[in-house]
Amino acid sequence: MQLVIWRSKIHSPEVEKIIELSGQNVYSCYQCGMCTASCPSTGNMDIPPNMIVRLIQIGMIGKVLDSRSIWVCTSCFTCFAECPKGIDIASLTEALRLYHLRRNIDHLNLSSIPHGELLELPVIAMVGALRKFTA
Amino acid sequence: MGYGVFICHCGQNIAGTIDIEKLVRKVSGIRGVTHVEDYIFMCSDPGQERIKKAIKEKNLEGIVVAACSPSLHEETFRKAAESVGLNPYLVEIANIREWSAWPHQAEPEEATMKAFKIIESTVEKLNGDKPLEPLRLEVVRRVMVIGGGIAGIQAALDVAEAGIEVILVERSPSIGGRMAQLSETFPTLDCPQCILTPKMTSVAHHPLVKLLAYSEVEEVSGSAGNFKVKVRRKPTYVDWNKCVGCGLCMEACPVELPSEFEMGLAHRKAIYIQFPQAVPNKAVIDSENCIRMKYGRGCGLCAQKCPANAITFEDNGKAEEYDVGAIIVATGLEVMDKANFAEYGAGELKDVLTGLEFERMLAPSGPTGGKVVRPSDGRVPKEVVFIQCVGSRDPENWNPYCSKICCMYTAKQALLYKHAVPGGQAYIFYIDIRADGKGYEEFIHRAMAEEGVIYLRGRVGRVYQEGDKLRVEGVDTISGLKIVIDADMVVLATAAVPSSGVEELAKKLRIQLGEGGWLKEAHLKLRPLETLTSGVFIAGAAQYPKDITDTVSQASGAAAKAVAFLSKGYVVREPLIAVVNEDICSGCGNCEEACSYQAIKVVDGKANVDESLCEGCGSCTAACPSGAVQLKNYDKRQIIKMVESIVG
Repeated sequence: MQLVIWRSKIHSPEVEKIIELSGQNVYSCYQCGMCTASCPSTGNMDIPPNMIVRLIQIGMIGKVLDSRSIWVCTSCFTCFAECPKGIDIASLTEALRLYHLRRNIDHLNLSSIPHGELLELPVIAMVGALRKFTA
Repeated sequence: MGYGVFICHCGQNIAGTIDIEKLVRKVSGIRGVTHVEDYIFMCSDPGQERIKKAIKEKNLEGIVVAACSPSLHEETFRKAAESVGLNPYLVEIANIREWSAWPHQAEPEEATMKAFKIIESTVEKLNGDKPLEPLRLEVVRRVMVIGGGIAGIQAALDVAEAGIEVILVERSPSIGGRMAQLSETFPTLDCPQCILTPKMTSVAHHPLVKLLAYSEVEEVSGSAGNFKVKVRRKPTYVDWNKCVGCGLCMEACPVELPSEFEMGLAHRKAIYIQFPQAVPNKAVIDSENCIRMKYGRGCGLCAQKCPANAITFEDNGKAEEYDVGAIIVATGLEVMDKANFAEYGAGELKDVLTGLEFERMLAPSGPTGGKVVRPSDGRVPKEVVFIQCVGSRDPENWNPYCSKICCMYTAKQALLYKHAVPGGQAYIFYIDIRADGKGYEEFIHRAMAEEGVIYLRGRVGRVYQEGDKLRVEGVDTISGLKIVIDADMVVLATAAVPSSGVEELAKKLRIQLGEGGWLKEAHLKLRPLETLTSGVFIAGAAQYPKDITDTVSQASGAAAKAVAFLSKGYVVREPLIAVVNEDICSGCGNCEEACSYQAIKVVDGKANVDESLCEGCGSCTAACPSGAVQLKNYDKRQIIKMVESIVG
């Protein structure tokens, strides 16, 4: 895969917004990979946490926003606790989710869920799903 | 009376292969041997005590220690013997470890026999040994420092501060070296002009320092403590006693040439002062390019303008000879030419610069006054790509070593570029970042996290012109993506290499070059400031690429070594040198030709050895047709006896 980069692409308004929402300096990351190594959910992610930071560093925000990883993240903060550069990656994924939600894209249509299943689904799953997967 | 033989087990190193009991038995039978003893570690304190005790109690006339190589413990045993009154030159080492136990582990019986033969022949040598006294030679309390960069300047200042005279030799018209070319220095961002210029001035004006600028070492003879160095003062064609450094000559000169100091980014004239803060601040004429010098007539505009009447056009070069006791080599480094790298435009792309060229561009006193502009069209570059490890860590094509300084200076340059061009973007392609100094890692962090320099982990495969941009095709191996950047400028951190001419200089000084042409130290870990030639020391990047911090530390270290070396007032030399039997010598002069040290000369029909110069190599003894020249305690008769005992 080939990526053409230039200044305004690296510092696109999307990237700037994610940095603002998260309050994190992604550029201080030197890619040691401690976040990925310590994250209990890495096995379920399509993009590991260190790569999320890397892709933001080089302006590939689209790929990150489309990833499963940002929704798999449970915000347990292990990554933040372990990060030698003090980057709160959980807040970064939180910002990415928030940004995603603000784009008003519906991923979950409540009315399409069969009534029987709705009755069986735990309330917490419903709240979580509404929080994360709907606009 | 008689000789003692002391057989060391060296733990299991010797005893594991050699049958010590049998060896002791056999050695006891050698004629003249009155005492034989074995011990697990002869070199240990109890081992040495046994030797001393035996020498005293048995009144031994000489001893053989059968152990490891003499390079390890000959001195140890000689000192032990000397402490109880035995002449140290009556102590011989029989190397039964490296010569027998180690190579013959699979054949212990033969190894034991061989060890015996080695000991037997060494006893034969001992038979012919005479007690000798080490030579004490007075030293010249003067140090020569070769190279006037920051290493040479620091070393010269430290030696002079210790009250010892210094001759500082610099081949360019001015001292200052590479550091004078830098814009700012990492990690403190000090301006080199601010911190270097005062040092340049103080070394030049120090009462104990004689500065020989625009001079080169031509010939070195003598040895530690007593070197004779012939220095060629290159012709300046300007009377430096009169020149005031006003620079009017340079304004008048019509000939423009690429400036070496400005890395070709600006011009200098055929008469020039190397740079504005030059020390000495004097002009020289580049005689190959000066119209007047080339044709012997015409032009002369500089001389017309010179208010001091300093320009003579006369060859005022000369050779001078200096006696010095110690020499510090501080010849520094260069960077590889970008023309070597076809993948990055082979020097044809105007907006591809080397780190040192970019350094000049960033310098406030540089060719652009500190403005970053493209050499091709003068535009301010908005996207600049820096490429590290160009020619370094590349054993297949260029240099296997890490150039050590590039990670830091590249980060500094990227940061300074961001300061010079707000809104500009800097990218750095790197393989690893090596920031192993005080404040260095923090500096890299600053470049990344605070100054927004984008670090891309990988190398660049190609740089080529695409319209008015330079297309950079690289990779980021962290994301696994090929990265393409249309850059306005590319800066190559080309590998550091030793200064040109260091090979010839090393030959003159009889010091060794190691891998890559860097000066070889006596021991990388424990004697990094010394060479294997006694009295010659190393300072700075001539040994291996170094930043300023390390260079200055090493220079002070080398100065301390040189001062310590001279402060005793004398050097002790091994007395194992050539000696002439004048009754036999016919004065043929073969020895004189054979000697590489000019230590033996025919005077009044007889060969004569200069004890201060003879290294005891033995070339003269081989060349002598009559056997009149012999090495002390390595007499031909001794050697023959040794051989006889082995084959007999």
